[in-house]
Amino acid sequence: MAYPEFDVTKETTWKPSELPIGFVIPDGGNSVKYLTGGWRSQRPIWDKDACKNCMLCWVYCPDASIITVDKEMTGIDYDHCKGCGVCVNECKFGALKMITESEAKEVYGE
Amino acid sequence: MSKEAFSATGNQMVANAMRQVDPDVMAAYPITPQTTIVETYAKFVADGKVNTEFVTVESEHSAMSACIGAAAAGARVATATSSQGLAYMWEELPIAAGMRLPIVMANANRTISAPINIHCDHSDIMGVRDAGWIMFFAETAQEAYDNTVIAFKVAEDPNVLLPVITALDGFTTTHAMERCVLEEDQTVKDFVGEYTPLYPLLDTENPVSHGNFANIGNMYMRTKMAHRRAIEGAADVIEKYGKEWGAIVGREFDLVDSWGTEDADYIIVTVGSCAGNARYAARLLREQGVKCGVVRPRVFRPFPGKQIAEACKNAKAIAILDRSDSMGACEGPVAMETKSALMDGGVTAPVTSYIVGLGGADITLDQMKQVYAELEQRAEAGKNSELIYLGIEE
Amino acid sequence: MSQLTEIRWHARAGQGAVTAAKLVADTALLDDAYIQAMPEYGPERMGAPLKAYTRISPVPIEVHNNITNPSIVIVLDDTLLDTVDVLEGVPEDGVIILNTEMTPADARKALGAPDTMRVATVDATGIALATIKKDMPNTPIVGALSAVTGLIPIENVKKRLVITFGKKFSQEMIDANLDCADRAYKEVHE
Repeated sequence: MAYPEFDVTKETTWKPSELPIGFVIPDGGNSVKYLTGGWRSQRPIWDKDACKNCMLCWVYCPDASIITVDKEMTGIDYDHCKGCGVCVNECKFGALKMITESEAKEVYGE
Repeated sequence: MSKEAFSATGNQMVANAMRQVDPDVMAAYPITPQTTIVETYAKFVADGKVNTEFVTVESEHSAMSACIGAAAAGARVATATSSQGLAYMWEELPIAAGMRLPIVMANANRTISAPINIHCDHSDIMGVRDAGWIMFFAETAQEAYDNTVIAFKVAEDPNVLLPVITALDGFTTTHAMERCVLEEDQTVKDFVGEYTPLYPLLDTENPVSHGNFANIGNMYMRTKMAHRRAIEGAADVIEKYGKEWGAIVGREFDLVDSWGTEDADYIIVTVGSCAGNARYAARLLREQGVKCGVVRPRVFRPFPGKQIAEACKNAKAIAILDRSDSMGACEGPVAMETKSALMDGGVTAPVTSYIVGLGGADITLDQMKQVYAELEQRAEAGKNSELIYLGIEE
Repeated sequence: MSQLTEIRWHARAGQGAVTAAKLVADTALLDDAYIQAMPEYGPERMGAPLKAYTRISPVPIEVHNNITNPSIVIVLDDTLLDTVDVLEGVPEDGVIILNTEMTPADARKALGAPDTMRVATVDATGIALATIKKDMPNTPIVGALSAVTGLIPIENVKKRLVITFGKKFSQEMIDANLDCADRAYKEVHE
């Protein structure tokens, strides 16, 4: 059976009687709606020219924030990247580096 | 099986109720005096009389973990335990309840160590009274059977979705052979019906997450309020299905069994098999003109406080018999809750709390008569008495 | 059976007292009685003294405790008399049935039973050894109970034995059990 429409981003407004029974989340894959980019104090910056598409960063990223198209990296999902830096640590080709969020604002204006 | 009377123990009756329901999964670990439930059930599995997947686990903690996993997957689940086993399971019990998984568990009420003792009291079961489960208490083997059948129906009701413990007194009810009636398999199957899980994990077309995090703000507290409302609401559901089952088999199941309370001056309130002893004493005393009554909650969670207070409203003195103590508290758990309910219900008769039958200490007819005699004195004195350990000289 | 009848069994673990307590209850059930049968619970050690209980009543049985004032006491082993007070709580008009080679008069003396009590003896062990070829005095003593008290008819005892043993034992064994119940029914003295 299909479950009633469920919007996880509105959870703070639910009354006890409106909570899914057993505090189940009856909606798969909804973590994409939950933006965690704001947790970051540093961010990884990708150097497309240095990248060999070895995909180690993609394997290690705990938040699935390495964006790929046809087995090639195309960028970083800053809406969900929490800035843990594991991708930078794993990169063998110097294609990823960490900068602070304030530096990012100065350089990229965001 | 025909419906003619036959002899069986409480454990045999519980195992047979479970056989007739035929749950998808049973995960259980043996412990005295529950052993013959799982032993009998394992034989049903081995003989192909049920389709149940029997999970032989290495402990009660694992038993309840397996039950939780299976129930979340969407299975109808049963188990049974006792005493130290129930204690070892404790960590898992509020998880089963909080996840709103309708597991049915029989508990053979036995005391808790130390000292080591395998006999009946309610120290084990009362230790889990705040775990969020619905709790039924049986007086006889027949009731243990009826309670088990009704437990599945109540647990799986879409408005309830809570696990149920069906408690029966160790040895006194689990092992004594009594006259019983086994309903037709089909009668039980028709009554409990098919179980449709609300959020089965195995439904891959509709993925869900179970066991989620509610760590921010008052989200956890809101889930607890929802849980409280569900277990409170279960009272009506229990009454409804109790009546339905009663209409089919001729044995009523109500939240509270009151005997002689319409005109009783002296009332004993107690749960489990001890209530039978009290009622027998009350009958004998009534032949001598003493108006005695017995109030026996058959359900402890949700606590039927209103019904108890209503049944006690004309009493001149009330005794509450607890088969476990809450060390350092004012009295045992049944007494605490009953007193609270009497106060809410405006019942002002003097109340005395007794601790009885710990670790299988025999609860004799003379003791029950003694309690009624003491109630006569208390009614005259007009005030509550200190807690009494019945039959123990200090 | 106008009221609740309570039987207390004294035996040593391994003599089949619990089985006998249940056999009596099951037999009474054939007459539509309400019944209870249970051992006094504890560790089971072969040879240790034990008690078991049977209740029979025309109305549902509410009481669930041990039996302290039995109107009938059955002793499966006369060596227990040295260590166990089998008369404890027995009313003046109680009935004692003893498995022994003693005469009822000697048994009464050994028990210290007053004249108001009925004392019956049967060599249940001897009957068991002669019929079922085992030292299991439990089935014969049920036959003796039937003869002495009339609580359960001997025909029902035999009917019940066939039901109980029918699935588990050979015809030879069933016949031996029926025979030993019959013999004890006839050979019990008072």
